[in-house]
Amino acid sequence: MKQLSDSIVAKLQDEMQVPDLDGTRYSVVRHIARGGMGSVWLAEDKILNRRVALKVLDLVAPADDLGARLLQEARILARLEHPGVVPIHDAGTLADGRAFYCMKYVEGKTLARHIAGKSLSEKLRLLARIAEPLDFAHARGFIHRDLKPENVMIGGFGEVLVMDWGLAKASATVRDSAESELSMVIPLAQGSTHATGQGSVLGTPGYMSPEQQSGSSQLDHRTDIFSLGAILVFMLTGSAPGEVPAATSVAPRPLRAVCEKAMAADPNARYQSAGKMAADTVRYLSGEPVLAYPENFLERIGRLYTRHRTAIVLVAAYLLMRALFILFARR
Amino acid sequence: MTSQDGPFPLTRHSVVLAAQSNDLTARSLAIETIALAYWRPIYKYVRMKWNLNPEVAADFTQEFFAHLVEKEFLKSYDSRKGRLRTFLRVCVDRLFMNQMRDSQRLKRGGGGPHCSLDFEEAEREFATVPSSECPESCFDREWVRTVFALSLQRLQAICEASGKMVHFELFELYDLQDADPKPSYRQLATKFVLAITDVTNYLAFVRREFRRCVLDQLREMTASDEEFRREAQALLGIHIR
Repeated sequence: MKQLSDSIVAKLQDEMQVPDLDGTRYSVVRHIARGGMGSVWLAEDKILNRRVALKVLDLVAPADDLGARLLQEARILARLEHPGVVPIHDAGTLADGRAFYCMKYVEGKTLARHIAGKSLSEKLRLLARIAEPLDFAHARGFIHRDLKPENVMIGGFGEVLVMDWGLAKASATVRDSAESELSMVIPLAQGSTHATGQGSVLGTPGYMSPEQQSGSSQLDHRTDIFSLGAILVFMLTGSAPGEVPAATSVAPRPLRAVCEKAMAADPNARYQSAGKMAADTVRYLSGEPVLAYPENFLERIGRLYTRHRTAIVLVAAYLLMRALFILFARR
Repeated sequence: MTSQDGPFPLTRHSVVLAAQSNDLTARSLAIETIALAYWRPIYKYVRMKWNLNPEVAADFTQEFFAHLVEKEFLKSYDSRKGRLRTFLRVCVDRLFMNQMRDSQRLKRGGGGPHCSLDFEEAEREFATVPSSECPESCFDREWVRTVFALSLQRLQAICEASGKMVHFELFELYDLQDADPKPSYRQLATKFVLAITDVTNYLAFVRREFRRCVLDQLREMTASDEEFRREAQALLGIHIR
């Protein structure tokens, strides 16, 4: 029996995972990332001579319904045609039996890497752009369920893309219409709502709403609002909520209030849409009162001063000059 | 998706189930197959964990497989409760503890599998194992290595039988060499008097067959679909625990 060195064993392990693209228009370039149910590969589209990303199920998937789930993710992506959602080109089954879909290859950075060194206003503008595709998906009855900084990409031209819709599903409140349209094509995976093959809760700790953590089947778009609030906490503090206690205390009070409102335990107490939350952060940027934060008189004066500082200084200077002029004129 | 319509048809019979049979001949044959896959991990494991000298470790390894046949250890194995390799490792520990308690060594080999085990080679390999490695991870790593090695044997047999030894030789030269840099497709094409596209096509074919052989090998060494999936994930380095 041939003895294999550690490096050859590692090479063979990698080889086992390489998708069999025989008979397709794609050829593998390299592995990009691993996800919960498969890997993403950089591939070359041999017909169009362009690079694409292939999401391919693991060779031996841990649960039987993963192939259906991957296809479901592909179909959800196909329905979310929006500049903030990565476009899908193709889906199917490879020669080795693995389900796959092909999407645009996004060259860029994750939100977590992109915001390093960025100013507060730049971060808040980014948050507003993340909210756009979310609002779009919510309006069509889909919730993302795994929103976190690693799943937001900032492309080379500054485009903001919400990635990895692998856990996306129809919202409980609009499930009938959205799901019935999807299930005309494929039956939605049964029992995949909250438990994977290993029996773990789907989502990412720190970014998951309480109702998602508890395994509620009545999730709606407000679970994503919670995650968006957690992303804002990350942008303000550099860490996920709860990772560094009291880290948000360094953030301005109105923004803390925005985070608290978005991450309220009761979904009814949260912003009722991603757009409303984004609008509140834009209000803060423009020096307007934030709806989530009832300011007192002094804070209002301070905010008005900050907002109209130039005009106030000019008027004050004018009044001072005028007063001095009158004073000297009397002498 | 069931095991039948999964990526590869799982048609091979599980030797684990055969090893639980009441028929002594069938059981011995099955345990021989298991021994081929597990003797190296077990030998290196006892060398490392119990610090046995090479000769005693070799005797113990043979005795262990003899026990598997005679004492029908495997009958108590239930794939729902754990992996076969974990079960075997626990059995090894128990046998060793029992021998220590009874202060007696069993007779070498009697009733054990009849496959030849090259302990000298295993000892040479053992000399390269880092001393910092724990016995359990050494056992698991050796198991992965053995599954791949047995799969390569199977692949070679398939290529020989179908007149595709050039495919296998290309695979050996391109994928199974530590040489850095590895030969280019052009060099291989020149060596085997082939077009470069033939080289890539042959390699694609043999890699596909190799993946199939590994999964077949694994299927044989597991008792249920669930265990097969878990072991495949571990083998492919997805969730090694």
